[in-house]
Amino acid sequence: MTDATHSSPRSINPFAGLMSGTVGPVIVVVLVILAIWYISAVALNTPFQKGLYERASRTDVPVSQLITDTLAQERPVLPAPHQVIVEIWKTTVQKKITSKRSLVFHTGITLSSTLLGFLLGTTLGILLSIGIVHSRVLDKSLMPWVISSQTIPILAIAPMIIVVLNAVGISGLLPKAMISTYLSFFPVTVGMVKGLRSPEVIHMDLMHTYSASRIQAFWKLRLPYAVPYLFTSMKIGMAASLVGAIVGELPTGAVAGLGARLLAGSYYGQTVQIWSALLMAAFLAGSLVALIGVLEKITLKRMGMAR
Amino acid sequence: MTALASAKDTEMVEKTNSASPNRVIDIENLSLTFETNDGPVHALSDIDLKIDEGDFVSFIGPSGCGKTTLLRVIADLEKPTAGSITVNGVSPEEARLNRAYGYVFQSSALYPWRTIAKNVALPLEIMGLSGEEQQERISRNMDLVNLSGFEKKYPWQLSGGMQQRASIARALAVEPDLLLMDEPFGALDEIVRDHLNEQLLQLWAKTNKTVVFVTHSIPEAVFLSTKIVVLCPRPGRIYDVIDSNLPRDRSLDVRETPEFLKIAHRVRDGLRAGHSYED
Ligand SMILES: Nc1ncnc2c1ncn2[C@@H]1O[C@H](COP(=O)(O)OP(=O)(O)O)[C@@H](O)[C@H]1O
Ligand SMILES: [Mg+2]
Repeated sequence: MTDATHSSPRSINPFAGLMSGTVGPVIVVVLVILAIWYISAVALNTPFQKGLYERASRTDVPVSQLITDTLAQERPVLPAPHQVIVEIWKTTVQKKITSKRSLVFHTGITLSSTLLGFLLGTTLGILLSIGIVHSRVLDKSLMPWVISSQTIPILAIAPMIIVVLNAVGISGLLPKAMISTYLSFFPVTVGMVKGLRSPEVIHMDLMHTYSASRIQAFWKLRLPYAVPYLFTSMKIGMAASLVGAIVGELPTGAVAGLGARLLAGSYYGQTVQIWSALLMAAFLAGSLVALIGVLEKITLKRMGMAR
Repeated sequence: MTALASAKDTEMVEKTNSASPNRVIDIENLSLTFETNDGPVHALSDIDLKIDEGDFVSFIGPSGCGKTTLLRVIADLEKPTAGSITVNGVSPEEARLNRAYGYVFQSSALYPWRTIAKNVALPLEIMGLSGEEQQERISRNMDLVNLSGFEKKYPWQLSGGMQQRASIARALAVEPDLLLMDEPFGALDEIVRDHLNEQLLQLWAKTNKTVVFVTHSIPEAVFLSTKIVVLCPRPGRIYDVIDSNLPRDRSLDVRETPEFLKIAHRVRDGLRAGHSYED
């Protein structure tokens, strides 16, 4: 708001116009990040490159050559952005989706367990929050467990979940999804407990004067109040689910999924592959969270809460 | 515990029934003390009050004298710490379960995600009325408060006065014989307030409802009421009860009459005395 007023047409500063909208600043930030990335890539890859020159007894390599070489290594310490983008292009557009080398294939695997885990986690979170809000006993007995469940490092229990479930014959999507569930039920539980408890006193009093039952008060008052909280916690839950799905793929012997790509990449020092999987995971997380944001907008608008 | 309470209630029913069949509210020796971190707050002390069917009773007094608390006790939103109270001859809780009253809060308390019509429908949904019956009551009561045509608007699209009228329509839609109103027009400007006062009076005259009305405006109290209860603070108690001799059927012009001014004078004296008592 204030930015817009400052950058009036009469402004002399050429950057004022660029910084006024939202597009301008975003572009600037992206450019800065890319610049830092390139500089870091050069800096981190130089020692290895110099070693190569030494072994080849080349002494008078110009700086421009050094920079070009550090940005074109096959297994760089830090791959350059364009290397990652080329890798992503090669493994998405130029590969059949059914191919084991297609990044789309692996993303699809991760996506499906993310979504299943998210669905289970959100459902579990909502159910737990309803119980906690309506029963003092559940509030006192469940809440400490809910919180302490998140203090256990997921990396420690992920293999156990996978191994135990495999032992009882459950394999494939569900064990991975369970880890997503484990991570995503928490923000939903906490957010919904807060949301379901958020109605104003006067609105609760109103329900009391109507002698509304607890079920009526839930559907007509608590739940609508909790909707904005639900969407916020679902965004966090979705991101957590993706992390869970990737972590869940690490101990499965690296067969498929973005996690498997990360693991395989690190086995063979394929840093470009690691980074393209990472970027894909980030893109996936961003899209999923944005999708929930769209659903949130539509829902709140239909509820008359967005103006 | 429950057996004891219900035994007490039955006893009260008999007592009130024998005293007066038209007694709507009967309060005896009622006190309410809030236990707070800063020690006890004596919100109500030794209240005695009887309200009959068709009365229009105003509670008037300075802020913090317990007007809201007394109204909330009648509505079973607070429990007294001593004394007894019956509403329609039964305990406030039973009266509430019978949906004996409609309550209008100081702010409209409309649900922001519901349209005006849907807000008015809220108590009707809870009562489990048929869709047809709901529609009929919504349009009748929105008409009564001059809000026809605003059914599909959301609360934030309406002015403060219209929101408060919507909340009155919502209370009326329950079709209670008793209306409890806590400074419903307190936040409105004087012209809107005058208009709503007249409408309220007409409604009351038409329906023979019993109204308990909280205000801190002397003209409003005198204009509306058949009985004015002057309260004073610390501890909250009744200082004076004035029975009005103004005709039940009155217009805003009544405010110029000597009778009106005489009652207003007595209310003002009561408020002043209640105040100096404390200083
Ligand atoms: N829930 C509560 N807890 C503690 N004190 C309260 C509570 N409600 C009201 N009080 C106190 O009781 C007194 C009477 O309050 P209230 O009935 O709201 O007064 P009024 O409506 O006349 O302004 C005030 O001193 C107020 O601070
Ligand atoms: Mg008050």
